[in-house]
Amino acid sequence: MSVTDSRSLTELAQALANGDTSSVALTEAALTRIDALDGALNSFITVDRESALRDATAADARIADGSAAPLTGIPIAHKDIFCTRGLRTSCGSRMLDNFTPPYDATVVERLRSAGAVVIGKTNMDEFAMGSSNENSFYGPCKNPWDLNRVPGGSSGGSAAAVAAGLVAAATGTDTGGSIRQPAAFCGITGLKPTYGLVSRLGMIAYASSLDQGGPMARSAEDCALLLEAMAGHDPRDSTSAQRPVANYREQLAQSLDGLRIGIPKEYFGEGLDSGVAAVIEAALKEYESMGATLHEISLPRTALSIPAYYVIAPAEASTNLSRYDGVRYGHRCDNPKDLEDLYTRSREEGFGAEVQRRILVGTYALSSGYYDAYYKKAQQVRRFIAGDFASAFESVDVIAGPTTPGIAFALGSKTSDPTAMYLEDIYTLSVNLAGLPAMSLPAGFSQGMPVGLQLIGQHFEEARLLGAAHQFQQRSDWHRQTPKLELPA
Amino acid sequence: MSVSGDTIREIAQLARLAVEDDELPALTSSFNAILDLFEQLQAAPTDGVEPMANPLDASQSLREDVVTETNQREALQAVAPLTEDGLYLVPRVVD
Amino acid sequence: MSYEMVIGLEVHLQLATRSKIFSGSATTFGAEPNTQANAVDLAMPGMLPVLNVQAVRYAVMFGLAIDAQIGKRSVFDRKNYFYPDLPKGYQISQFAEPIVGGGRFAFNLPDGTQSEVGITRAHLEEDAGKSLHEDFHGMTGIDLNRAGTPLLEIVTEPDFRSAEQAVAFLKALHSLVTYLGISDGNMAEGSMRCDVNLSLRPKGSDTLGTRTEVKNVNSFRFVEKAIHCERVRQEDILDDGGSIVQETRLYDADRDETRSMRSKEVANDYRYFPEPDLLPVILSDADIADIVATLPELPRARRARFEEAYGLSGYDAGVLTDERAVADYFEATARASGDAKLAANWIQGDLLAALNADDKNITECPVQADQLAGLIARIKDQTISGKIAKQVFEAMWQGEGDADAIIEARGFKQVSDSGALESMVDQVVADNPDQVAQYRAADPAKRKKLSGFFVGQIMKASKGQANPKMVNDLLIARLDPDDN
Repeated sequence: MSVTDSRSLTELAQALANGDTSSVALTEAALTRIDALDGALNSFITVDRESALRDATAADARIADGSAAPLTGIPIAHKDIFCTRGLRTSCGSRMLDNFTPPYDATVVERLRSAGAVVIGKTNMDEFAMGSSNENSFYGPCKNPWDLNRVPGGSSGGSAAAVAAGLVAAATGTDTGGSIRQPAAFCGITGLKPTYGLVSRLGMIAYASSLDQGGPMARSAEDCALLLEAMAGHDPRDSTSAQRPVANYREQLAQSLDGLRIGIPKEYFGEGLDSGVAAVIEAALKEYESMGATLHEISLPRTALSIPAYYVIAPAEASTNLSRYDGVRYGHRCDNPKDLEDLYTRSREEGFGAEVQRRILVGTYALSSGYYDAYYKKAQQVRRFIAGDFASAFESVDVIAGPTTPGIAFALGSKTSDPTAMYLEDIYTLSVNLAGLPAMSLPAGFSQGMPVGLQLIGQHFEEARLLGAAHQFQQRSDWHRQTPKLELPA
Repeated sequence: MSVSGDTIREIAQLARLAVEDDELPALTSSFNAILDLFEQLQAAPTDGVEPMANPLDASQSLREDVVTETNQREALQAVAPLTEDGLYLVPRVVD
Repeated sequence: MSYEMVIGLEVHLQLATRSKIFSGSATTFGAEPNTQANAVDLAMPGMLPVLNVQAVRYAVMFGLAIDAQIGKRSVFDRKNYFYPDLPKGYQISQFAEPIVGGGRFAFNLPDGTQSEVGITRAHLEEDAGKSLHEDFHGMTGIDLNRAGTPLLEIVTEPDFRSAEQAVAFLKALHSLVTYLGISDGNMAEGSMRCDVNLSLRPKGSDTLGTRTEVKNVNSFRFVEKAIHCERVRQEDILDDGGSIVQETRLYDADRDETRSMRSKEVANDYRYFPEPDLLPVILSDADIADIVATLPELPRARRARFEEAYGLSGYDAGVLTDERAVADYFEATARASGDAKLAANWIQGDLLAALNADDKNITECPVQADQLAGLIARIKDQTISGKIAKQVFEAMWQGEGDADAIIEARGFKQVSDSGALESMVDQVVADNPDQVAQYRAADPAKRKKLSGFFVGQIMKASKGQANPKMVNDLLIARLDPDDN
């Protein structure tokens, strides 16, 4: 059995440039690891062997003739929410089990042109609705640190695949924490960019005003490298920001001297696991030792982010998912007896329980007579939440706290109570409501499981976040820890 | 605020989802638990607050009126469940 | 009982953009099914809308033309419902913040009196696809080529009291939008479709009765007929003591009746909310000023100018300005020929009749404005008579070339040579001694009438080419020697 590869993207790029390895060798090794380990992990939904090896061969030719781009030849994985031309894109749903898009998402296209080799598509909660990966039509992905625990969600497959060393990097999407929470649970680094920084075109929509794609990798430096390739205005996405892409890697070396870090008291109250709290406090002390100053702040409407998010996201989702009607693509029931039967049965059969529940809740929140009390109210509260952040950023540069209230929980432990599952997202949701960038980086362990530190920045200040995370990673090796996979015999 | 099973059936009809009889009690109770969670919102004094539909205060950019798409019917219908003569087929629609 | 009818209209106008409102697909009519339906139009997973600037410009042009409030901030909403011709399961439309707010629209009734109606709003939205009910093994075929075609939905106040008034409004609206160039106005291809909201109330009452909405009435004539039969239907129900059910109905032209639309029976809750894939459309004063600069002269202004500048009657000016292309044609002809009255007469008479007979519109006219002007010039300089001119026009219509070439080729030149005419007069006098005697015996007051016989004979002999005025003068001189 092959050992996992814990090299970073930057190290792999160096090895390729030096001729120490080839893209075909890296790709074959990754495929071998997937064969060996992914039966137990279930982090991939689809692996594209032939195409990956073909792309790897082409990448080697480019490296040989000196025309390599920054990621040329490095195998990566895409969350199965990004459309990939000619490669099945299921979004973790039976609805799209048979769907092969004839187009690439902008993120996929950009990473291809940066040279990355797409090895496959990672597991996820169906339509990105979930915090545990247990809502996948393809079965739950497992946490590589403990196969009895969840990897988090919805980008659980990407987090697990990176943590387990199957690939050095993967894409994820974050609507309410779906990059940061699995990154925290699996001990990797993940960045949710400012809303509008990364194109949503070809990224299957869950909640349009909250969804944002981003990188998941071992280190902040790798995330910076990926983000440079992924970010930038896309004229085909009306919500895409029209601003130039920063050179994130150049800004990694910034000094933290005088960096004002806000510590929201609401992120350290009731519900925070004491083991997690201890790890976060130690990490904050580390920041102080690097010259940063800590300031207690208040984000008073944090608790309201849960109901606000769970109104807004399902409301948008309920209509985003209306297109799945069994007519033009996707699952269609057998022998529909009339049009209503076609719609109802195709959707009933195609969508899992949590997706259906959110469609129902969202439909209700938008329905006549309830719109003002739910949807409109939630969007008003959203403005309060964004305002709380804006006020806080008047006196601090970044905000730090735990990514999640606890460590990765046991598989099946929260599936029976959706509201308990929703409470897991308390520290991540408000960032999406406000459209801010945030990341999770490994900060230590509690009960042998990784703990993530969350850094939140102002709009479009990804460089500052990546720099702060990178400086921390220069002084710690939490992000270099790898799980010892205990495989079933 | 809590809803009955009948209301859930009406919502399901709007959303074109079927709710089986045996699923209804559990669905109703989880639905009501979620609505209880939503009740927290009512405490926020939001009178006169402009709803925030989008996290960035940006405006729509406009596309020039140019035809950029060519006929992709074959590729697009390759993933369709049922087509004939270039048309998508559905059970008979009655006006 | 005697009722007053209250009608409001919703007009769906297809805007004449090249590409769709939210995608780069073509909008050409009549393409093979689904060949103009691309990933965005088909609502493929991950696809997103981007707004077409021309649709915005056209909507604003309409708003400016009716002096309406222009929405400097307008917002797109999703209108949610399931239907196979609606791929996303929602229509992107505008609900709370439309691009065009309230305005007034003045128009003329057929008898020339002026009427006015309130425009509630006009908003941008996307069209749906088409369901084809031919037999596909008992199934319906869906063609999404039309899905995403930009529409401007124009909603009027319930200000109409008769079918005649509603139709006159629609004709004036049609004229306006084709003037503006924002729609091709092709009703047969569905470029202008109308929903009629109609209710009755006892005469003298000022509370509104329950209304019905008759959907998708696609010609002026059908609007008139649909209003008539819906009125009769509602009258019968009310007279029998029944009450009107608020519902959506369909006008069936074959049976000339309206009937309830079963597909719309299920009460819909459209769950409008701001479309999160699009941002608010913000128009600055400068943006609006740029659009103002592109506005053409509008029908009512042009009509007034035609009366003033060309001395045309109100009726003639109305006919000539009804269609922008006709008005342009008229002005080009008048300018080139130097005779606006003759140009007006020819266009309203022979030209429009010929177009009508060949079922052509003015842009397809085989006779160009400068050709018609050439013909008018030959009438004015007396090269040909009005009667010969009709033959020349016919030949031009058939593509035989310009007036001068046809006159030359056919030898149509009017005979004005007095020597040649005199010998013709001599001949006709010599050939008809009885008529000459009768003429000379007649009372001088009746002679004019009798001279017509001789003129006719000469015109016949000259194949119409004799100059009629000269013939007349010579004849009188020849027949009435005593008076000279």
